[in-house]
Amino acid sequence: MLEIKNLVVQIEDKRILNGLNLTVNKGEIAAIMGPNGSGKSTLSYVIAGKEDYEVLDGEILLDGENVLEMEPDQRAAAGVFLAFQYPLEIPGVASMTFLKATLNAQRKARGEVELTTPDFIKRVNAVATQLEIPKDMLKRALNVGFSGGEKKRMEILQMALLQPSFCILDETDSGLDIDALRVVSEGVNALRSPDRAFLVITHYQRLLNYIVPDTVHVMHSGRIVKSGGKDLALELEANGYADYRDSEAA
Amino acid sequence: MPAVQETIDQVRLIDVDQYKYGFETEVEMEKSPKGLSEDVIRFISAKKGEPEWMLQWRLDAYKRWLTMKEPNWARVSYDKIDYNDIYYYAAPKKNQAPKSLDEVDPEILRTYEKLGIPLREQEILAGVEPQRRVAVDAVFDSVSVATTFKEELAKAGVIFMPISEAIREYPDLVRQYMGTVVPVTDNFFATLNSAVFTDGSFVYIPPGVRCPMELSTYFRINEKNTGQFERTLIIADKGSYVSYLEGCTAPKRDENQLHAAVVELIALDDAEIKYSTVQNWYPGDAQGKGGIYNFVTKRGDCRGKNSVITWTQVETGSAITWKYPSCILRGDNSRGEFYSIAVSNGMQQVDSGTKMIHLGKNTKSRIISKGIAAGKSENTYRGLVSAHRKATGARNFTNCDSLLIGNQCGAHTVPYIESKNASAVFEHEATTSKISDDQMFYCRQRGLSAEEATALIVNGFVKDVLQHLPMEFAVEAQKLISISLEGSVG
Repeated sequence: MLEIKNLVVQIEDKRILNGLNLTVNKGEIAAIMGPNGSGKSTLSYVIAGKEDYEVLDGEILLDGENVLEMEPDQRAAAGVFLAFQYPLEIPGVASMTFLKATLNAQRKARGEVELTTPDFIKRVNAVATQLEIPKDMLKRALNVGFSGGEKKRMEILQMALLQPSFCILDETDSGLDIDALRVVSEGVNALRSPDRAFLVITHYQRLLNYIVPDTVHVMHSGRIVKSGGKDLALELEANGYADYRDSEAA
Repeated sequence: MPAVQETIDQVRLIDVDQYKYGFETEVEMEKSPKGLSEDVIRFISAKKGEPEWMLQWRLDAYKRWLTMKEPNWARVSYDKIDYNDIYYYAAPKKNQAPKSLDEVDPEILRTYEKLGIPLREQEILAGVEPQRRVAVDAVFDSVSVATTFKEELAKAGVIFMPISEAIREYPDLVRQYMGTVVPVTDNFFATLNSAVFTDGSFVYIPPGVRCPMELSTYFRINEKNTGQFERTLIIADKGSYVSYLEGCTAPKRDENQLHAAVVELIALDDAEIKYSTVQNWYPGDAQGKGGIYNFVTKRGDCRGKNSVITWTQVETGSAITWKYPSCILRGDNSRGEFYSIAVSNGMQQVDSGTKMIHLGKNTKSRIISKGIAAGKSENTYRGLVSAHRKATGARNFTNCDSLLIGNQCGAHTVPYIESKNASAVFEHEATTSKISDDQMFYCRQRGLSAEEATALIVNGFVKDVLQHLPMEFAVEAQKLISISLEGSVG
């Protein structure tokens, strides 16, 4: 599904990723954990195609295709979805309007028929109900005046609607209370499928109690320094990242 | 919601050449001698078959104009205009005053068809779909070529006709009101207009009548080196209501063309006038060559108590825009509103805003202005809100937002606030923002192209104003804004 080979990335002359290697298979949920500044968010931005980041070396392949050569919107149409840590506000644009524009833009890009308004509304309503998103929230301008929890739920709603094949969750648990965390996690778990892979970026083990990963990778100084099964997350929770800092120093 | 999708489709479909109204129509024209003189004014007046008082009015204005100086306080710059290098009158030769559409040169009708303006009322009436009907007056260079739905409007007592016709047919009405809102001596361009105006629309709504349909005028400058000086006069008598829309386009030419119009609105007791403009004159090319100089004086007088005047404008065209649709709030409890979207791209210069002059008691005004600057354009909001000593309880709310696209354009806000009355409450809010890279990335991550993302964000930005336009035109305006911003990203 996703293969990252020897990825080296800098921003404004500051090296962030130092030869990162990572493979995520179809149907897999991979968690990335690591201390602040280890390059987790940079990794998600580079996969999604944010400007400002300079890729010096390496490659990212999605189903064998070179993602680095695609525009961000082409990557989206190819199946890459990034649930933002801080979703952006779009004043004056109703959430419904935004959802329809993005869904149909992707469908068009893939050569699929665009959805009619009634079909579209049916789909939105179905996912909104599941994510406990009230209808009036869909009429409000996207993310404007939304609480932290509402913003995160809206991200998952977009994910459920767009049905991407590769989903990145960047610190989706930050700013969520326990109820919101449950709703969001259920939303994500409902999307688990043999054809879809997830990259779950988080500081804390807490989220992984709800979204149980197949693999856990520890990231430090722009590299994956350890990989393992879901127990690795518990180990980290108990011991912290100190071990890895020492290994870096040594 | 569908409108946004349409906007996006539209943006996607447009070719490199973004100004789609730039074609020229081949018709034989009759012109006045080039330049401006008493003789030219007499020529225009004679062509229009005007009474003596009208000619005298024009000549007085011309004498006055000769003593005046072109204003230079606006934040715009352009080469000096040679007022003797302009034709002040140009009319299609065939029919000077067509009696019906059949007498109009088919070439001109085709022009309006290309512009998407429905002139053939029969076809609209015959339509299976019960469309909302719009009566249209079409002005081609210096003459009105067609006015539709005249008879039906006459049944309601509404007068809607070219102003040159009104001067002949309703001289008393015209004399009573013309020049009472924008005096002959008002400003350089208004005085010039008073001397040489060639056509425009006249509207009178009798007491208690709600005009049965939208009224609309389409202005087209076609002829080379021609100025367009139209004059519009709208009178809403006691307790009446009218909604009026004007649209403007011009062919692409390398030379600059002058457009100096005057619009006067008069609302008597309890009357309401809604005046909407979709201005899409040719803006010039990317290097700033050609384009229309749009120097326009628009003013409404809320003369009667409880009267309301609303200006809504979508300005996307013209090389230079110098325009301040204003309200004089004379009647007690009268209300003035100004909703504006001004888009500038390329080398366009916009200096636009409004004046709300509070004279009567408990008068209210509201200003919502959205300026969008892209390319290397300069976009200025200039507005005055004032309260007279006697204007107790005057209230104003002003909101000016500017959106910048790219880093070579400028947005400026110049508000003037003068209150001579302690009970007046004026509020002013202003913001300047940029479409952030993060917003763009967010939209693109969801699958929108850079252009689609810009269109969506801009549509959101102007939403408060668009909703004040008549429905059909709101959709039209939304498309226009996206087209105007074409090429501003990426």
